[in-house]
Amino acid sequence: MKPSSTIKNLVNYTMFAVTGLCTVIAVGILFFILGYLVYNGGKSLSLSFFTNLPAPVGEMGGGMANAIVGSGKVLLLATLIGIPIGFLGGVYLSEYSSERIAFTIRYITDLLNGVPSIVIGIVIYTVVVHPMGHFSTFAGGVALGIMMIPISVRSTEEFLHAVPQSLREAALALGAPKWKSIVTVVIPAAMRGIISGTMLDLARVAGETAPLLFTALGNQFWSPGWNQPSATLPVMIFTYAVAPYEDWHRQAWAAGFVLLTLVLLINVTARLALSRGTYVPRG
Amino acid sequence: MSLEGRTSSSPQNPAGGVEEGMSKAPASMKLSTQDLNFYYGGFQALQSVSLDFQENLITALIGPSGCGKSTFIRTLNRMHETVKGTRLTGQILLDGKDILKEDVNAVRLKVGMVFQRSNPFPKTIFENVAYGLRVNGFQGGKTAIHEVVEKSLVKAALWDEVKDKLHQSAFGLSGGQQQRLCIARALAVEPEVLLLDEPCSALDPIATAKIEDLLFALKTETTIVIVTHNMQQAARVSDFTGFFLLGRMIEFSETNTIFQNPTKKETEDYVTGRFG
Repeated sequence: MKPSSTIKNLVNYTMFAVTGLCTVIAVGILFFILGYLVYNGGKSLSLSFFTNLPAPVGEMGGGMANAIVGSGKVLLLATLIGIPIGFLGGVYLSEYSSERIAFTIRYITDLLNGVPSIVIGIVIYTVVVHPMGHFSTFAGGVALGIMMIPISVRSTEEFLHAVPQSLREAALALGAPKWKSIVTVVIPAAMRGIISGTMLDLARVAGETAPLLFTALGNQFWSPGWNQPSATLPVMIFTYAVAPYEDWHRQAWAAGFVLLTLVLLINVTARLALSRGTYVPRG
Repeated sequence: MSLEGRTSSSPQNPAGGVEEGMSKAPASMKLSTQDLNFYYGGFQALQSVSLDFQENLITALIGPSGCGKSTFIRTLNRMHETVKGTRLTGQILLDGKDILKEDVNAVRLKVGMVFQRSNPFPKTIFENVAYGLRVNGFQGGKTAIHEVVEKSLVKAALWDEVKDKLHQSAFGLSGGQQQRLCIARALAVEPEVLLLDEPCSALDPIATAKIEDLLFALKTETTIVIVTHNMQQAARVSDFTGFFLLGRMIEFSETNTIFQNPTKKETEDYVTGRFG
């Protein structure tokens, strides 16, 4: 009995140590990245980063104002394209479709979610950039918008599902047609969750680089229009980080820092909104 | 009033007796079902239920869990259609017209429902009560809506408790208040029939008593059907009682008769607490 119980204890402690260590490493990596970025990015960040255009090669200073605005425009467009489609698709899945169709659609959206972003980029290059004749903010927005659809569909569906059936019944029992019960009761009850899901979705695509390389391309200057190439933060990071100039590396760090802050900000806001918005009936 | 319990619907009322199977409805018969069968997939939950509900009276439906009484009451305003894979045969007549052939939203406007668990909308108290008006395109200004909301809350004996916080969330109310809010919400559209599916099962005795008082007051203008697990409640509030068992309507008669002199052995066993 004795030796075997010693072995059991040993195994127990080893498991505890190994799993614990791996958890520490997992969390540690995140904090390492965060810390490294804050250290390098924060050091290189200045007010001119937000207000100036990129400086020509050889000149010190300059900023990425055009990339910040460009990213904003691309993300706005992506939201306008991806969210309505994803939201309405989610409403259909939750409120109208039969279980078999829902299963199929869910499966397909999961597949779409798994399509590598660079593949989406090259497809948009072929169907939007090529016919238009040049890279553009618009094409970038379309690419990211498509990437937003699957998560939007699924999160909308999940939050609508969480609305108690009894609320739907209450509305129907008052003579409300189904569409009205959905619009006036079900969606409002899930609204906070849906908005949070949308923000998390946005935060996820905000850092996408690959699809933008083929679509929005990049620009050292202000983008002259929605149908013209535009700088974006992720592509700027890529371009500046691989360039052979020490000064550009610092700018890339600063851009990374700004992008991360933006993404974290969206993320935390979404989660805060969500944690307060749970529907709890009484009685 | 008749003392002999009879299995068929044969209540004695001022307008004269109603014999089962009579297709023409006398003025006092508000709602009736004829040979109603209901299926969840392959399972038959209701077997040939024929029942008459008299106008401005309270009818209680009792029976053990799973006997089909909730299923039955949900067919009366076609709420069963929200559950997929169900099938219904037979007729449900409201004022002699088959509701299964009419517009479902119009039917539900006439036949209101209060559910087992209070289910206020995540809106203000005011908007909860006004909801039925708004979705049905109520023609009338703000004052008119306000009047209806107040009137409904008064009828539901809730006005005094909420008049100072009409624009606060309904979730701030207690369980009993929420259920009365749901009754007020149903009353706002002035239903001709009010269905209540175990409305007090989640409430304490005081809240229950309030709702029972409320039902007495309401029956002057509404025909009420109430499903209840609580036999004392059925005895207290109802004029007629129907006893359900395993999807069949076993006995239907005046409430006194059902509780004191039932015809069927099953009914007697149930109301005396020998099973169920």
